[in-house]
Amino acid sequence: MPKDGGIGASSKRREDVRFLTGVGNYTDDINIHGQAHVFFLRSDIAHGTLNSVDTTAASGMPGVVRIFTGDDFAGVGSIPCGWQITDKHGEPMQEPAHPVLATGKVRHVGEPIAAVVAETLEQARDAAEAINVDIAELPAVVDMKAALADGSAKVHDDLSNNLCYDWGFVEENKAATDAAFEAAAHVTSLELVNNRLVANPMEPRVAVGDYARGTDEHTLYTTSQNPHVIRLLMGAFVLGIPEHKLRVVAPDVGGGFGTKIFHYQEEAFCTFAAKACNRAVKWTSSRTEAFMSDAHGRDHVTKIELALDADNNFTALRTETHANMGAYLSTFAPSVPTWLHGTLMAGNYKTPLIYVNVKAVFTNTVPVDAYRGAGRPEATFQLERVVDKAARELGVDPIALRRQNFITEFPYATPVAVEYDTGDYNATMDKLEEMGDFAGFAARRAESEAKGKLRGLGVNCYIEACGIAPSNLVGQLGARAGLYESATVRVNATGGLVVMTGSHSHGQGHETSFAQVVADMIGIDESMIEIVHGDTSKVPMGMGTYGSRSIAVGGSAMVRATEKIINKAKKIASHLLEASETDIELKDGAFSVAGTDKSVAWGDVTLAAYVPHNYPLEDIEPGLEETAFYDPSNFTYPSGAYACEVEVDPDTGKVSIERFIAADDFGNIINPMIVTGQVHGGLAQGIGQALLENCAYDENGQLLSASYMDYAMPRADDLPMFDVDHSCQTPCTHNPLGVKGCGEAGAIGSPPAVVNAVVDALQSAGKDVTHVDMPLSPDRVWAAMQ
Amino acid sequence: MYNFDFEKPESVADAIAALQGEEAQALGGGQTLIPTLKQRLASPSTLVSLKGIAEMQGVCMGDDGSVCIGGATNHATVAAEAGAYPALADTAAHIGDPAVRNRGTIGGSLANNDPSACYPAAALGSGATIVTNARQIAADDYFQGMFTTALDEGEIITEVRFPVPEKANYQKFVQPASRFALVGVYVAKYADGVRVAITGASNDGVFRWAEAEAALSANFSASALDGLSLSGDDMISDLHGTGEYRAHLCAVMTKRAVAAA
Repeated sequence: MPKDGGIGASSKRREDVRFLTGVGNYTDDINIHGQAHVFFLRSDIAHGTLNSVDTTAASGMPGVVRIFTGDDFAGVGSIPCGWQITDKHGEPMQEPAHPVLATGKVRHVGEPIAAVVAETLEQARDAAEAINVDIAELPAVVDMKAALADGSAKVHDDLSNNLCYDWGFVEENKAATDAAFEAAAHVTSLELVNNRLVANPMEPRVAVGDYARGTDEHTLYTTSQNPHVIRLLMGAFVLGIPEHKLRVVAPDVGGGFGTKIFHYQEEAFCTFAAKACNRAVKWTSSRTEAFMSDAHGRDHVTKIELALDADNNFTALRTETHANMGAYLSTFAPSVPTWLHGTLMAGNYKTPLIYVNVKAVFTNTVPVDAYRGAGRPEATFQLERVVDKAARELGVDPIALRRQNFITEFPYATPVAVEYDTGDYNATMDKLEEMGDFAGFAARRAESEAKGKLRGLGVNCYIEACGIAPSNLVGQLGARAGLYESATVRVNATGGLVVMTGSHSHGQGHETSFAQVVADMIGIDESMIEIVHGDTSKVPMGMGTYGSRSIAVGGSAMVRATEKIINKAKKIASHLLEASETDIELKDGAFSVAGTDKSVAWGDVTLAAYVPHNYPLEDIEPGLEETAFYDPSNFTYPSGAYACEVEVDPDTGKVSIERFIAADDFGNIINPMIVTGQVHGGLAQGIGQALLENCAYDENGQLLSASYMDYAMPRADDLPMFDVDHSCQTPCTHNPLGVKGCGEAGAIGSPPAVVNAVVDALQSAGKDVTHVDMPLSPDRVWAAMQ
Repeated sequence: MYNFDFEKPESVADAIAALQGEEAQALGGGQTLIPTLKQRLASPSTLVSLKGIAEMQGVCMGDDGSVCIGGATNHATVAAEAGAYPALADTAAHIGDPAVRNRGTIGGSLANNDPSACYPAAALGSGATIVTNARQIAADDYFQGMFTTALDEGEIITEVRFPVPEKANYQKFVQPASRFALVGVYVAKYADGVRVAITGASNDGVFRWAEAEAALSANFSASALDGLSLSGDDMISDLHGTGEYRAHLCAVMTKRAVAAA
């Protein structure tokens, strides 16, 4: 039933008015009087010894303010990594230094070597061309398995080899898992690649550093998903600026998808240079720079094996993954192939024994880190591909095989250390079957075949872990940060509210959906609520937005703070109404005394809080402002079932997606329209990965797909109309809203559906094809058919 | 980009004069040149825009029945106004996206001779005549390899004349990222024979497939192509397809063009 406001209503996204009419305030819109511009001279060589950087000629060029090289950062810290993994022998991962500007060596194409600060960007660019860089090229380390071979060149000379860590999970299960494979009636194995991706948010990264000499205060405006994290990492670990002298602002941000979580050199540089030059310093990434400096995503090579008994029950699962870290450890890179991936390998299934091995490898490529889904798409892809392959090998219906092995009782403790609180995987599969009209598939296939096309149907499930938490657990797992969220609710005298949330919206629509929650709790109009985020000088210490955590963790903090507000307001109301506090009810924005017609409006109570003439000053303080920090007790576990129908042109290998159906369980839903939009976007990116996107390097470490001429982003005409449902709802049991999060599901659940469908189509033509690596571009599909 | 001077002459003669300057560069629609400048991969001293030359604009019918297109005519105009040669109009209508079609020009495309561009296939496939400020060049003599043409320094394409065939069709299989032709095949049937021109595939740029032309001249049907194939050995091999795959697509797209003509 549609509602006109509050929780469950499809309220229109209020932020879109400014985004769509060109009056947003993005970082590149920020220009500070007297600002200079920086151009980074970046390495065009993947691996080499940096013999010298001669800036003599360049320094005298017109407009040059100052040129910085690695030597200027001698007293400055390394760009830190926020997660330490302990390997299967109990040893910490190998962790290389990560300089702001290259020193000693260059380690990937795009690594900044020098930075020219000049009056204009063009002058900075001109001067950068006059810098004389002497690099002695070294053999590039590109292929992960070759990187681990004896005699490989080393990316970091001070490390023992190119292995960041060799992680076994759960190491204690390994022997039992191997034994279960020995005893299996059937084993299905599959080797696959999870292709490297470039996130490509519409807005490229931007950083503006500013410095106030009079107060010694630094400000960094940056395109970040988590300004407090940047303040802490950059202030404490890189530049040594105390947090009370450093403000980080992430204003309107045009998409993040994970790649704007991390602390980047350019942010530290602009902050540092602003003080060094005593003027604001601005950097706006070009798209070309974005391809070679934004953290990339995915890039796993995996062998997965599934053991089944004679009744087709899954008895064990084991995987060996090589995960590319790139040349340096980006902020959360080590956690992605481990705790965000290994812990999800149970998927929706009650497989009793699971062993995951991950070797994280340094290569001369751009650092790899979290990208929409972060580890969970990699887990889901392997698992749902091997289950599909097993069904084909055994000649059983892939849906029936999945249903047979579904977890059906909750809570469920997986053999990979997490406990699913709730879910109903049969319900989403039932919904998928209802929406998908699978009975009609044979007729649709016949129609396609009449046109000379092959048609395939692919189905898969997914589970993800969202709302990363709790802090004490992630601390044990190696996180160097807490993972709570904060909110301050400030009620103004006239009844309007300002909610300052530690979550950050970069397209998700928080300003709308967060206001719906508070409006619903108080019973007032959404327009009375302003959501503020993205400024460390306004918002309490928050951990930001990633991992579909905003509503589950940030929303919960906001609920807790609003509950405190309501409790205090009830005390004030009870005074005004001369009634017992326990008799006060809040409904539709008015406080009333239960069982009477006595009431006082929300605005009268808020006014009393700030004009406390008739007020219980002896019992409570004036004012109405509360803060809450919420640390969840568990992850949330959204789940779902997806189906894809494709047509394949057998003459060219071109795949077109004819239908895509998504049945998700996100628990309770705040704004169905926004949730649908999030799923649409996720599906577009997942289908992009499956069919189009491919970040490729050659053997010399040169980036082959360094522009949109070669890196294929999904476009509207690559996608069908999506059929999306989220009516299956098993509310989260441990957060106050019963919400699970929806931001990444589409990107996690869709790639296996596409590949399963294409394999189905090819097999329908009698082709002995069991797998094609993504992206399923026409040439690859055609080659697979030959 | 680097600084440059900008000139926008209103006559061919003035344009030729302006192009005599050292490091002067003609600018058509700029769909290749402007991105190249922005990447600082070219540094002309002067850009001479050809867009202000009225005599190089528009589509008209020649006395011999050919469709004549001014060298500075953009793709959208050709798509809208070259209805006398429907396959050519349709080819223009599917170059790039609307922004490209509203800026890019036929003269610019043919002068650049990108190995994956559409117009070279249309011009070669139609046996068009490339008219410059100095001479007339048959398409068979004009295309001389990837990004290489018969144009001399400072010579500009003022007009392109397309004889109108009995039937024609262009089939483009797009590269997924750029949506240039991974392989594009232009087939045109004239009274004196069939021409087949292929773009996107060869390391030598656009080329004619003589074997297919002979087969189709004898029997203009897709089945006439059965058994014919090209070698992928000298074809472009990159992230988006091997030479072998491109060679295969040449045959597939030629058949489709014949069927659709």
